[in-house]
Amino acid sequence: MPTTAISAIGLHKSYGDSVVLDGLDIEVPAGTIFALLGPNGAGKTTTVHILATLISADAGEVRVAGHDLSREPDRVRAAIGVTGQYSAVDQLLTGRENLRMMGRLHHLSAPARRCREAELLERFDLVDAADRIVAAYSGGMRRRLDLAMTLVGSPQVIFLDEPTTGLDPRSRRTMWQMIRELVRDGVTIFLTTQYLEEADRLADRIALLDRGRLVAEGTSEQLKRLVPGGHVRLRFPDVEELDLATRVFPDGSRDDEALTLQVPGGGGVRELRALLDRLADASLEVEELAVHTPDLDDVFLALTGRPENAPGHTENAPGHTEKEGAR
Amino acid sequence: MSASYAIADCLTMLGRNLKRLRRYPSLTVMLLAVPIVFLLLFVYVFGETLGAGLGDAGRAGYLRYVLPGIVLMTVASGAQGTAIAVATDLTQGIIARFRTMAIFRPAILTGHVVGAVLQTMLIVVAVVAVAVLIGFRSGASVWEWLAATGLVALTAFAMTWLSVAMGLVSKTVEGASNLPLPLVFLPFLGSGFVPTGSMPTALRWFAEYQPFTPIMETLRGLLLGTAIGHHGAGAVAWCLALSALGYAWARRSFNRERS
Repeated sequence: MPTTAISAIGLHKSYGDSVVLDGLDIEVPAGTIFALLGPNGAGKTTTVHILATLISADAGEVRVAGHDLSREPDRVRAAIGVTGQYSAVDQLLTGRENLRMMGRLHHLSAPARRCREAELLERFDLVDAADRIVAAYSGGMRRRLDLAMTLVGSPQVIFLDEPTTGLDPRSRRTMWQMIRELVRDGVTIFLTTQYLEEADRLADRIALLDRGRLVAEGTSEQLKRLVPGGHVRLRFPDVEELDLATRVFPDGSRDDEALTLQVPGGGGVRELRALLDRLADASLEVEELAVHTPDLDDVFLALTGRPENAPGHTENAPGHTEKEGAR
Repeated sequence: MSASYAIADCLTMLGRNLKRLRRYPSLTVMLLAVPIVFLLLFVYVFGETLGAGLGDAGRAGYLRYVLPGIVLMTVASGAQGTAIAVATDLTQGIIARFRTMAIFRPAILTGHVVGAVLQTMLIVVAVVAVAVLIGFRSGASVWEWLAATGLVALTAFAMTWLSVAMGLVSKTVEGASNLPLPLVFLPFLGSGFVPTGSMPTALRWFAEYQPFTPIMETLRGLLLGTAIGHHGAGAVAWCLALSALGYAWARRSFNRERS
């Protein structure tokens, strides 16, 4: 297995006049989780479709699992698994029949197929529902079956296109757990998401995609360092206390109306204890204390000038027109 | 990709489609009901009068005359069902999944075609059984029945490839249900329900040269012992040509990128 699972250089894709991907460079080391984060329409799904051999790029060099995408698409296909945004399961088959079909298409022997079937049903908590028609499954069960089907062929590289969009919080956490377990087995995961928290929690490296360009890339920590640091916000009962506090913390910025003082600094325990000590030493009476650490939201805002979670961005209603054609 | 994998993939896809057909019976019921209703309508409502126009053949004579037309209508509505099934399939993510797998790609469409031809043949058998129940009798030999069955299967094969292509190019499932509709009416504009000789000139010209007429005339010849003449070769040629056209069209639209 090569050390680089996915490498893309200068990926371009446009439909007519509209440029969807404008020179994307991506490198994902084997055995890691890479998250492509961005709002709807940023080009996430197009990227996955190109890397997963569904559509071809207008320009760019891509290697997946050591194979050139344009020269050896079938070698790439044999090494990858894709779980799309729209559940790629057959609604009229049962869960077991779906898995069996995948086993057949991967040309596993009958005993190997049965073994894999049982193992995946168990692992994805689908044993009870195995012989029910998928149309009767809940959203969370469908996603789990979807992921289980992707794993039948033991892929080296797995693409997950918005794997938790539309799931309730509990199913989402279950999915996260399952995704983490996959990496433990050594596979590489390429994940797209519009949820900051998801990228933050799962990914080793995160790339921010905005209008077809990567605006930043790095670990969650590295990205957060790109924006001005955090602060502690103190609220006081009256102006006198605020005046006093301003003398203790001369670098703070005060707001007379809200009676607050923003003291720059992180939310680390040691830093916080030092701050509390200084408050106690000066006998300052604080009504409220709030720690604000920069999150990816701030990063997105700082880099694009637009908030990432503007209304209509974080909630994914089923059936966006832009993705209707993605079939 | 070895040949055994190709066959295995085709069988897997066929198995999938047969299961789907079985679990979604309402479409099959519709495909069965429409030709039977037309058969009963034409025999019991129009049969006496239309039969009188066929040299005083009467209702029983008209039943013998109309059956090949009804059979082709059955095949054509089967095609409509296939177009709907293919278009519905494309709205689901499963086809995208198949496209990202190292499988024998034509298997995806072949599974639909073989499944649909089997389904259509079963429906045709049921329709012919109803015709026999209401008095259809044929003096055909076993070989003639076999030849007739083969011709119907070949026609179903051609219509199915065409309808797979129609299902693939349709943007919606509704569109896929409308596109093959002209095929269902084609038997009317041929020798299916009345002899072409009774039609006005322009229509007669169309009716005599459209693909369904030689097929229906050949079926009639095989089942009723009437003259087949050049229609036999014409029927087979049309089926092969339409199959090739449908296959090329379907393949092209399936391999076209969707985004």
